[in-house]
Amino acid sequence: MSFKFNKENEEKFQKLLRRYPKIDSLMLPCLWMIQHQEGWISPETMEYLAEKLNKSPMDVYSVASFYTMFHLKPVGKYNIQVCKTLSCMLRGSEDIKKHIEKRLKIKAGESTQDMKFTITEVECLGSCGTAPCVCINDDYIQNTTPQMIDEILDGLNRWSN
Amino acid sequence: MIKKIVSKNFDIKDSHILKIAKENGRYSSLEKLFSLSPQEAVEIVDKSGLRGKGGGGAPTGAKWKLIPTNGDKPTYLIVNADESEPGTFKDRQILEFDPHLLIEGIICSSYAIKSNHAYIYIRGEYVFWAKRLQTAIDEAYEAGILGESVLGHDYKLDVTLHRGAGAYICGEKSALVESLEGKRGHPRLKPKQKEPEWFFDYPSVVNNVETISSVPYIIKEGFEAYRAFGTEKNPGTMLFGLSGHIQNPGVYELEFGTNMLEFINKIGGGVKDGKKLKALIPGGSSCHVLKADELEGITLDYESLRAHGSSLGTGGMIVMDETVSMPHVVKNLFEFYHHESCGQCTPCREGVSWSDKLMGKILDGQGTKKDLDTLLSLSFLLNGKTICVFAPSVAYIIDSYIGKFKDEFYSLVK
Repeated sequence: MSFKFNKENEEKFQKLLRRYPKIDSLMLPCLWMIQHQEGWISPETMEYLAEKLNKSPMDVYSVASFYTMFHLKPVGKYNIQVCKTLSCMLRGSEDIKKHIEKRLKIKAGESTQDMKFTITEVECLGSCGTAPCVCINDDYIQNTTPQMIDEILDGLNRWSN
Repeated sequence: MIKKIVSKNFDIKDSHILKIAKENGRYSSLEKLFSLSPQEAVEIVDKSGLRGKGGGGAPTGAKWKLIPTNGDKPTYLIVNADESEPGTFKDRQILEFDPHLLIEGIICSSYAIKSNHAYIYIRGEYVFWAKRLQTAIDEAYEAGILGESVLGHDYKLDVTLHRGAGAYICGEKSALVESLEGKRGHPRLKPKQKEPEWFFDYPSVVNNVETISSVPYIIKEGFEAYRAFGTEKNPGTMLFGLSGHIQNPGVYELEFGTNMLEFINKIGGGVKDGKKLKALIPGGSSCHVLKADELEGITLDYESLRAHGSSLGTGGMIVMDETVSMPHVVKNLFEFYHHESCGQCTPCREGVSWSDKLMGKILDGQGTKKDLDTLLSLSFLLNGKTICVFAPSVAYIIDSYIGKFKDEFYSLVK
């Protein structure tokens, strides 16, 4: 097995061990660390984690597959998450989604061929007062308009070229 | 109408920074706190009548009193920052503008239940807010406000921030504890008699962010001061959210018992673009919907909303104008619940996805009267036959929307 926590994550792991009554609680924090390190959570990394936490790989898979934010397959560099729940819907999230789909020429749930962008439809982001809300990787875009999307996508394209 | 207790510092620039927070009264309740015994602190909160602000409205003092006092096991305070009820975005205001208020509340509450370690379970999507809160926690450690000896007193307190990963159900307190134990977020069976939550084998209290943030005021000013606001059965204030078709969306702190329509029209600025109000969800999507003509006379407290056939929930109101199609709203909500059902109980797992499929069929123009009858009968299947209140919420949606907007649904079917 070649996957291993990098130095920073290993240190964080050791620190966290002291903060919970049982090692079991480290499951979610460790899955986050793997995802940050690798971009997604592969079967190999789950085996590594199982050994570290004295669990079976199936235990880890069972948890990782329950939570929607854990990626069990690779996603684009920029994961564009469009909130589709009621308050955002009432404020036009469907138009925002269509606009992004048109710009990137892919549908929600798909990634661009160069794996730069993924569009994901997500449930309530807790940003109902500033709807419609789009979350790109970790960053919330609030009161989103198609113009804002254009500016951000243009910027991201320039940035990574 | 607006009464700022929890939201007092929201408008102050940089109020999330320790220095500014302290200048504006944060941590000033601790002197009083440490002059009290833990039991006295519990009594004060109990007498204040503080009710949980995460949706259930359970009395906080009674919850704390469930913790065994013999002290032979460590106890834990778990703060529920897994805010994900559609229409609800109040806790993040506290995390963003006044994280030190939450930490102060955690110190007061942990001291009262004799806990030396508190966990804050924050929803995974709130990355910005988790960073802000972690910065505040680090500042507090550095200033000696947290750690081995809280402000030089003989009291040790650690606070650990724990990130969720995108599961609505983890806002249910027992599912949250399961998740904190590193498992799938499956709600637990409720005990016959009232018990504390058990984090591994340890007695614990799970409280919402806003509830914990209300505690410092009560400790500092006393329970009578808190009871001066709100109503007899609903003392104090609550953060109410306005979203959807409203002129001024946002979070506003009001006394319990405030007139709902006055709030919507005066502070909320009425329905967006001068349109007519059609319906309103009073406290997060899991409540019964209310028609515009049902709102007359409703006050914002648990009893008034119950008497009007809905519930106060999280206080996150979603406003819908005359252009909204109710079948589309129901489909949107079904998709949410379908996606978020944890899958543990069969009636919920199957019933919610079935409801979603039926509604899809009806919106596609393929539905029959029989499909609507099936949908209504699913409400019976979902209500009261599962471990947690997720499935009953879907039953409320079926009953209230189809019941109140019958024509819209029946006009779609053959």
